[in-house]
Amino acid sequence: MTGYLSLVFELAPLFLINVILAASLNVINGFCGLFSLGHAGFFAVGAYAAAGFTVLVAPEFTAQSPLIALTLACFIGMAASALAGLLVGIPCLRLTGDYLAVATVGFGEIIRIVLLNTEAVGASRGLPGIPDIVPLWFTALATILTLWSLNNLIRSSFGRSILAVREDEIAARSMRVNVRFYKTLAFVVGSMFAGLAGALFAHDRQFIAPNSFGFMVSVQALLMIVVGGLGSQAGAVIGAVIVTAIPELLRLHPALAEIRMLIFGLIMIMIMLWKPDGLIGVLRSLLRKPLKPERAHG
Amino acid sequence: MTIVFTEVVQYLINGIAQGAVYALIALGYTMVYGILKLINFAHGEFYMAGAFFGIVAFSVLGLPPALGTIAVMVATGLLAVLVERLAYRPLRHSNRIAPLITAIGVSIVLLEAARLIAGAHPRPFPQLFENTVYELGTWMPALDGVILQKTQLVIFFTTLVLMALLWFIVNRTKWGRAMRALSVDFDASQLMGVPINRVIAFTFFLGAALAGAAGLLVGMYYNQAEPYMGQLAGLKAFTAAVLGGIGVIPGAVLGALFLGVAEALVVGYGESSYRDAIAFAILIAVLMTRPWGLLGKPERVKV
Amino acid sequence: MAEALSPQGQECLLKVEKLTIRFGGLVAVNEVDFEIRKGELLGLIGPNGAGKTTCFNLLTGVYAPTSGKILVDGREIQGLAPHKVAALGLARTFQNIRLFKELTVLENVLVSFHFDRGYNFVSALLRLPSFHRGEKRLREQAMNLLRSLDLEQKAHVPAKSLPYGEQRKVEIARALATNPKLLLLDEPAAGMNPVETARLCELIQNIRAQFQVTVLLIEHDMSLVMKICERIVVLDYGNLIAEGKPSEIRTNPKVIEAYLGGTINVTEPEAPHA
Repeated sequence: MTGYLSLVFELAPLFLINVILAASLNVINGFCGLFSLGHAGFFAVGAYAAAGFTVLVAPEFTAQSPLIALTLACFIGMAASALAGLLVGIPCLRLTGDYLAVATVGFGEIIRIVLLNTEAVGASRGLPGIPDIVPLWFTALATILTLWSLNNLIRSSFGRSILAVREDEIAARSMRVNVRFYKTLAFVVGSMFAGLAGALFAHDRQFIAPNSFGFMVSVQALLMIVVGGLGSQAGAVIGAVIVTAIPELLRLHPALAEIRMLIFGLIMIMIMLWKPDGLIGVLRSLLRKPLKPERAHG
Repeated sequence: MTIVFTEVVQYLINGIAQGAVYALIALGYTMVYGILKLINFAHGEFYMAGAFFGIVAFSVLGLPPALGTIAVMVATGLLAVLVERLAYRPLRHSNRIAPLITAIGVSIVLLEAARLIAGAHPRPFPQLFENTVYELGTWMPALDGVILQKTQLVIFFTTLVLMALLWFIVNRTKWGRAMRALSVDFDASQLMGVPINRVIAFTFFLGAALAGAAGLLVGMYYNQAEPYMGQLAGLKAFTAAVLGGIGVIPGAVLGALFLGVAEALVVGYGESSYRDAIAFAILIAVLMTRPWGLLGKPERVKV
Repeated sequence: MAEALSPQGQECLLKVEKLTIRFGGLVAVNEVDFEIRKGELLGLIGPNGAGKTTCFNLLTGVYAPTSGKILVDGREIQGLAPHKVAALGLARTFQNIRLFKELTVLENVLVSFHFDRGYNFVSALLRLPSFHRGEKRLREQAMNLLRSLDLEQKAHVPAKSLPYGEQRKVEIARALATNPKLLLLDEPAAGMNPVETARLCELIQNIRAQFQVTVLLIEHDMSLVMKICERIVVLDYGNLIAEGKPSEIRTNPKVIEAYLGGTINVTEPEAPHA
């Protein structure tokens, strides 16, 4: 029993970080209806920026006041990713649909290749020695704050405009919504929180390398929000938990560990065939959750 | 950097050979996208499957080259038809993202299956014939130093034959007409009685057969096959299809040849380590300036 | 009915000069000239494919013209982006209703108020007091608008689950929420039965009175057009072929010819017209 409990504690940060990552992608793909497949890039930028701070820029300060340093590192990671999101968004958000998807894949890879060739952060060898300074409560708090602020965002005028862009760009334009601005806003907010996830990830792992931020990470993040239910924040949480849990659970059983990726692929296919709109619908009907008063049906 | 004529010719030969392979793969992407507006992420795995089916056909079953090639193409085509039936068709009327996720899932399944069966390391591809090296200098003094391998000739020849066949099928047969109709107006075609399911299955078959042939040719060329070969090649072929105009069949060929030659030139005159980055650079450049590709047309939205 | 709400003077609100747009070889709108006077209800009619919706799209910035000018209060607006045109006081509805389907009726209208929000991004993210004040004000404004259009009951219903006629109303409400000078309605009566159409007539007249807004109306339903339009402009194959009062248009031979060479099918309205 204690074995499982300690396993939970060991894996909890990964679950929480993936929840943040999924929620961040949900802003772009779910709320704004864009098709971004390069999210791993922003995850990477946040991780490297934060780790760069605690390891390369201010290691003594980090040793003295770890929590403050960690908080600073998180903000630095978020700022760096937000900037990356802006730089990538400006050329890419001109494109629509599948073209945007392909362009984001390209930029995600470019970010990875740039990191792969940057000696200052260890290039292909990676960046080791990241201090172990993230208490579980910190990650949990970060997750809660992320979910809370994103929920606030979507239930505000900014959120409504972002949703309007998703629902009908042309009508939104006619209602004086600057579509380009709100697409960029969603993109930057999404990349910003991906950066937070990255910062926490780096300090949870103590080691990061460019190849841990490849296309498959973007795919996994997308899988999380699609499995949960695109556009729903609760769905993002559920999807993140499920998609994180499956490989870990499979890894536990010696017989299945070898073929766990195969099983993962099969499960991906089966979930999509069963519930293409995600699992949040299933959950809602199971719990028969009463809708919030402001959204009650007339 | 001096430009030597014979060097350029050599790079062109190598580049066109590589481009021909990309073209065979790219055609599959573009045909499926043209009809279903779906980027079949698993397509690279059909190429990989072709190489491994080739090993089975020639090493295990000992088939003669021509028959073996046809067998491999049919096998890969049927694999794609199966995948389409099980993983894509059920989602044809659902949202746009679900089939993409399934496609990625299929890609993972096929790759992992190959890895588990054949191991993660490259497996030897049987030598089907002696790879004679022709020194073109003996026929044309101006081309002194340029070499052409028999395997490259086989690639050129096979690709030409297959593309001629494809052209014929698409432009001169009922099935081809149905494919073209579907890609222009899916709903109207359906209402006109085009058997959608069969035409789509046929499209997948064709695309995968070509990709399988490409895999076989590459296996022959490098004398090996490995489970991960479809990942990078698939991405590059997709880039080629986008460059030429996604959904436009001649565009796929044009884009692929362009990419193949560009890669060869970069390897020859620049840094060989940048070879893979060329595909990305081209992709980004195309998307930023002319996303509908060389032979495509920009889409107009009706208000 | 039209006389009761006479236009506020003959002041010109929007002027179209030699407006032309070509799509490849097709000239969809050809050197069209007309003006819209402040406070009036102008009808834009013509057979299918005449270029009416294209005109709307040109006026609202969805398309940029090949040549010609559009002037609002003397200022040239042709080619401006749609959200900028909307900022200058032009609001529209669409032929195929383009509501924000997953949003509620109230939220649809609230989108139009986004410029007036009164709080900034950080305030929204952290739920600072200015957010709460701003939201409260916005919601009151929106609910007032819905109330005046008799949509209050449906405020929290997702737009997609409303019946067709009410969806049209919400689209109009959403357009009105941008506080426009000119309201462009694209076939608002499409798909409506005579009862619904009559109610729509009333609605349009109410809106003109309540919101002091000028209206440009595309419509195929001739009884509606003849009943409420004060002036009518007729297009055919992109050309303006007639302009004038309903009684003049009804008997104009060019107009009759354009509509398939027969008489326009108009059910005589009850009250006599000027």
